[in-house]
Amino acid sequence: MGKLGKVDFVPFSKVDGIEERLKEGKISATRCKKCKNIYLPPRMDCPECLDEEMEWVDCEGKGTLVTYTTIHAAPAGFEDDVPYTICLVDVEGGGRLVGWLDGKEEDLKIGMGVSIGIRDLPEERMIYSITLE
Amino acid sequence: MRTGVVGIGHGKFGRREVTVQELAFEPFREALEDCGLHQKDLDALIVGSSPEYHRQRSLSGVVAEYLGMNPKPTFLVEAACASSSAALATADAYIRAGIYDTVAVLGVQKMLELSTPEILALMGRVGDVQWESGFGTTFPGYYAMFAHRHMFEYGTTREQMAAVAVKNHHYGTKNPNAMFQKEITAEKALASRIVASPLTLYDCCANADGAACMIVTNEETAKKAETPIWMAGLGSATAPMSVLRREKLSEIPSAIDAARNAYKMAGIEPKDVDVADVHDCFTIAEILAYEDLGFCEKGGGGKMIEEGETHIGGRIPVNVDGGLKSKGHPVGATGVSMAVEAVKQLRGEAGERQVDGAEIALMHNVGGIGQYCFVNILRR
Ligand SMILES: [Zn+2]
Repeated sequence: MGKLGKVDFVPFSKVDGIEERLKEGKISATRCKKCKNIYLPPRMDCPECLDEEMEWVDCEGKGTLVTYTTIHAAPAGFEDDVPYTICLVDVEGGGRLVGWLDGKEEDLKIGMGVSIGIRDLPEERMIYSITLE
Repeated sequence: MRTGVVGIGHGKFGRREVTVQELAFEPFREALEDCGLHQKDLDALIVGSSPEYHRQRSLSGVVAEYLGMNPKPTFLVEAACASSSAALATADAYIRAGIYDTVAVLGVQKMLELSTPEILALMGRVGDVQWESGFGTTFPGYYAMFAHRHMFEYGTTREQMAAVAVKNHHYGTKNPNAMFQKEITAEKALASRIVASPLTLYDCCANADGAACMIVTNEETAKKAETPIWMAGLGSATAPMSVLRREKLSEIPSAIDAARNAYKMAGIEPKDVDVADVHDCFTIAEILAYEDLGFCEKGGGGKMIEEGETHIGGRIPVNVDGGLKSKGHPVGATGVSMAVEAVKQLRGEAGERQVDGAEIALMHNVGGIGQYCFVNILRR
């Protein structure tokens, strides 16, 4: 499935090519060629028109904070990362993503504008990184 | 054609040093004794459970054998934490269709035979594993995000969430089957360690082993029982599993839809409910349930617990069996556990936690973080 996220659970998906786009620093969604719906997280099958003609579109990397939490009790694979703050962000242009906060939880206010970037992790993995504007 | 509940059984929840089929045996025997039936009188055994927690594969086959049910049919129904509510709904449908007359519905889960690393690995896969789990999301983490959103939209406080824990632990002291039978204070709850902000340890329910069973029959057979309890309304619905694809994060949309269906089928309104068991896997979840079920207006859940409206003596007593919070949450057993408690209330057999004159009881059982929800209504 590429290198997004700290731990990989999904070996295969029709969503192919996201890894290269991430390496270029692109936050990307898919768009149905027929109904023009934007999908982020990306998907290659449109549930609206039951069609599979999709194209990639890039986002600006701006968004709005929907909610957040700081994880203190780690799941497997994240023992060395706690505490880390997970942010849900509504992306300008459509869709939503989950990213890790690069900053302090105390500074977060739901509804605030945030910037979305890509942070490199060991072993060539990458995550969405959220910074305050 | 109505479906009636004639027999109930409920095992002790908590850490149980027995196998999953031994766990299942206890409430099954109790439920048969309760209605005076035998295995030969049953047409099928429908098991609700979440199979990923068990080392034993092909669970319902193994359980059916141990309970002496061969050669009667059996199968497993799965809807995560709502598995046995789904099993109950399945049994109801078989009976209404006239295919079976009498069915044993068993909710069972053995969670504590897994090692801590195995549990942590499972815990890391509760969300959408393609787009969320790689970021280290957890079960408490999802409800924590709902809590922050609810606090933002409606001003809900951590104190109001702690009040849910205090209430449910209080009633848990009156339920001998509960895992925890100890009062807690709001101070203790608020000061406990953070699991996923803003939720602390006492905002979270505990994994447990447990089983519960009920015998359901067609109307003709149920009428012979001393106090038959009727399945009056069944509602179920789904919502996106991924929080990335949900419009609102201050509600469980599947609960709203399931409740609407259940009320419609039962021909009642929220205000008619005398006693309810709701899915308080986290304290915030109980507050969301008040609103999603229409017990109060949107955003009014925090105030509802604060003003004691869901205590015995309040407008709608909720989780007076202790809830998941003090009973423990053996995932697959929880739905039937709620239903068994509802039957006790409607029969007037709930002892110290009895809501006087209860005629209508509601169960609200959420699977996962709301990808499934079942709302069932029972009445005298
Ligand atoms: Zn389309």
